[in-house]
Amino acid sequence: MTQRIREIVSMAGIENVSRRGILKGILSTTGLVLAVHVLPSLADAAPKWGGDGMPHGTVNNPLAFVSIAPDGTVTIVCHRSEMGQGIRTGMPLIVADEMEADWSRVKVAQAPGNEVKFGNQDTDGSRSTRHFFMPMRQIGAAARMMLEAAAAKRWGVDVSDVQAKNHEVIQKSTGKKIGYGELAADASTMGVPSNVSLEKTGAATAVSLPLKDPSEFRYIGKEGTNIVDAFAITTGRATYGQDVRLPGQKYAVIARPPVMGGKVASFDATDAKKLPGVVQIVEIPAPSYPMMFQPSGGIAVVADNTWAAIQGRNALKITWDDGPHATYDSQAYRAAMEATAKQPGKILRSEGDFAAAYANADKKVAAEYYIPHNAHATMEPPSATCRIVDGKAEVWTSVQSPQAAHDLVAKYLALPPENVTVNVTLLGGGFGRKSKPDFAVEAALCSKAMGGAPVKVVWTREDDIHNDFFHTVSLERLEAGLDKDGKVVAWRHNSVAPTIFALFMADPKHEAPLEQGMGLVDVPFAVDNISIENGEAEAHTKIGWWRSVSNVPHGFAIQSFVAELAHAAGKDQKEFLLDLIGPARILDVPQKVKNFWDYGENPEVYPIDTGRLRAIVELVTEKAGWGKREVPKGHGLGLAVHRSFVSYVAAVIEAAVDEKGNVTVPRVDIAVDCGPIVNPDRIRSQFEGAVVMGLGVGLLNEISFKDGRVVQSNLDDYQVLRISDAPRETHVYITPRGYDMHMGGVGEPGVPPVAPALMNAIFAASGKRIRSLPLGGQLASKA
Amino acid sequence: MITLHVNGQAQSFDGDPSMPVLWYLRDVLGLTGTKFGCGVAACGACTIHLDGDATRSCQTQMSDANGKSVTTIEGLDPQGNHPVQKAWRAVNVPQCGYCQAGQIMQAVALLKQTPHPTDADIDSTMYGNICRCGTYQRIRAAIKQAAGA
Repeated sequence: MTQRIREIVSMAGIENVSRRGILKGILSTTGLVLAVHVLPSLADAAPKWGGDGMPHGTVNNPLAFVSIAPDGTVTIVCHRSEMGQGIRTGMPLIVADEMEADWSRVKVAQAPGNEVKFGNQDTDGSRSTRHFFMPMRQIGAAARMMLEAAAAKRWGVDVSDVQAKNHEVIQKSTGKKIGYGELAADASTMGVPSNVSLEKTGAATAVSLPLKDPSEFRYIGKEGTNIVDAFAITTGRATYGQDVRLPGQKYAVIARPPVMGGKVASFDATDAKKLPGVVQIVEIPAPSYPMMFQPSGGIAVVADNTWAAIQGRNALKITWDDGPHATYDSQAYRAAMEATAKQPGKILRSEGDFAAAYANADKKVAAEYYIPHNAHATMEPPSATCRIVDGKAEVWTSVQSPQAAHDLVAKYLALPPENVTVNVTLLGGGFGRKSKPDFAVEAALCSKAMGGAPVKVVWTREDDIHNDFFHTVSLERLEAGLDKDGKVVAWRHNSVAPTIFALFMADPKHEAPLEQGMGLVDVPFAVDNISIENGEAEAHTKIGWWRSVSNVPHGFAIQSFVAELAHAAGKDQKEFLLDLIGPARILDVPQKVKNFWDYGENPEVYPIDTGRLRAIVELVTEKAGWGKREVPKGHGLGLAVHRSFVSYVAAVIEAAVDEKGNVTVPRVDIAVDCGPIVNPDRIRSQFEGAVVMGLGVGLLNEISFKDGRVVQSNLDDYQVLRISDAPRETHVYITPRGYDMHMGGVGEPGVPPVAPALMNAIFAASGKRIRSLPLGGQLASKA
Repeated sequence: MITLHVNGQAQSFDGDPSMPVLWYLRDVLGLTGTKFGCGVAACGACTIHLDGDATRSCQTQMSDANGKSVTTIEGLDPQGNHPVQKAWRAVNVPQCGYCQAGQIMQAVALLKQTPHPTDADIDSTMYGNICRCGTYQRIRAAIKQAAGA
């Protein structure tokens, strides 16, 4: 935990001085043991980028990832968690291609949590392929070389006379062939090629292995690859965390404090214990603060089946001590954020003289944009199963962060790390929720209380909605001045939102560099007078990563405001946007902004390129027929562009608003420049899904608090997008890029442009500007 | 004593008659293909066929299933090759996949009632099945493909 939090804080780009303060803060307020002496080295460490900058970096050792059976079956390990992004297909596909394996003879094995062996496993931040494309290629190339070396040795020929091709090694001079299965045993003794570093190598570090020329790729970048779990999923045979079954297993359901920071004051389990099937009551200790990834505490009911456990929980009588956040009220909090946003905030980026330019502008425009908390509501509610035998704990669970789960379980059970195993099942959705392994700890504690018997902790949907690590709530105020030609001469953005880092430090008031870097300080516009500010906000609930994180509020506000300015200037939104972006150039934001964080990537490798931003706007508007396409009365087109996770995405949405104010979305065009690609079908599917999720943000999603408690309870009152609201057509376009370019993210960057493009389309259709999400009934006719 | 057929096999149950069929299938029989998503019939992940009709197993008590025949995703086709399952794979519908058993069971019921559904038919019948990954476009495509098969 110590190490993990240190790494998270480090990755977030929090400056050295405050970083020390943070850790001191954790020390002073929690019972968790922290080794404070590790700190000074952090301040002195040279910056590490990309995969190298992640905990445990990357690994390119083929022996950890590839095995070949005598029958030729190649098993490739996937060390990242599958939550729908297609990573169990994509990562092994890279290895298979580079090692000349026949994909139809490849099996995929899921790695347990073990980052020393496999490299970083935190499946979040849209970085699996971005960080591991090159290591996976190196693994494949090294395996191919070992197979070639084995064949050459067997035939007594020089290795230059042999070549691996499609699951066989061929002697070039004679055409003689031998299969991979036959070579497997010999190959394993060949030794790993000496130029493969068994230590960590950077994702983009060149290793002098004979990698295939991209023109020879058999699978990478090609159509026609189905996901590896398709059969298991469509036949009900796939195993998710909720599906784990061990002999003698018990089931636990937990009553958790309804308010963050609350704890059990007293409880009476007499009635619960009387119920048939209820086996045991387990107290889960209240967490210390900051929360980090600890369970919330509460009372667990362990039973023979899930239903009995739910009945048992319903029969508990608990008096809660709500703690300091019992007055959290979304309505009051919004009013406070609005007041804050009108005041000057902490200056994050300042160029020219905003105040003077704004004062002298011909036209002034100001607007505030609000997005409430959102819940992840993964289709699979969190679940974990744990068994402890002879001092060894084994966990099966659906987590995005198996190493974090491993470390936290070891800590809570006071077991040496080598005595804990975390097996990763399929994840029924993740979206950032399952980066937090609190539920794995709950299972461990229940199992321990049951003498090590296997216990599955099941979260109900209500548990999930009430105890999520929520998407932040946000109020973004924008002000701009236009000159007489309608050109933007002054731009102020004051962002107000409680920070995720309230999980890790005592009472932070400002967005961390990680959040600021998500579309706020890196606003890519050619405006001389800019003031980017961040007002204070306190967190009163657990706030966590939610697909594309702070890019959602920042992108929504900025791209809505651009359309409002275009309207004020009487200009076409696309032309106005391109003028605002200005000429193709590399932004100097990384140099100008202190502690600028760009998804952990090296600004020299991933420059902020307005040329790519312009090009993606041009691509999507051309495909969508912007300026040419006739739409029926009551329909309108809206545009938005946003760079996030070092990818560039633009969307054009057609919205229809009927006379009752009902909104439908006939068509979405969305384009991405994410650099070179591995599996185009899974990129399209991620963007199709991001459109649905982004429309949900725009139209429906809302979590609100009253008396410190979440008002919503289940999928009947926390509304998410259903098939009837989904676009009739979604078209995804991918900018073709060569493999000399570095990869961008795919899982998250599709979300941010969707809500602003939708609201811009609704404005075009109806003349009504929606600045407060979700839309809900705001357009409903009052007649 | 409650008796019923599950995927063609006779079963008996003498536990809590108010237990939802969902938990009986998952925890007692070990048929985990039927998923728990909400417990209040708001998401469709637990959809089964009860005497052939698409039914939310989380809101169906064991006493309601007495004497009836339950089909789950595991029993839809012995080889896993029901035309709807095949269409789902051909179109690469699933992302995380968690909701897809319920989607498939609902789609099979839809096609039984309406062999050639319109978009409106699909939307109104599949409305109760949430996919948080947002695979709706492909669900529509797969249903149409299965209908054409």
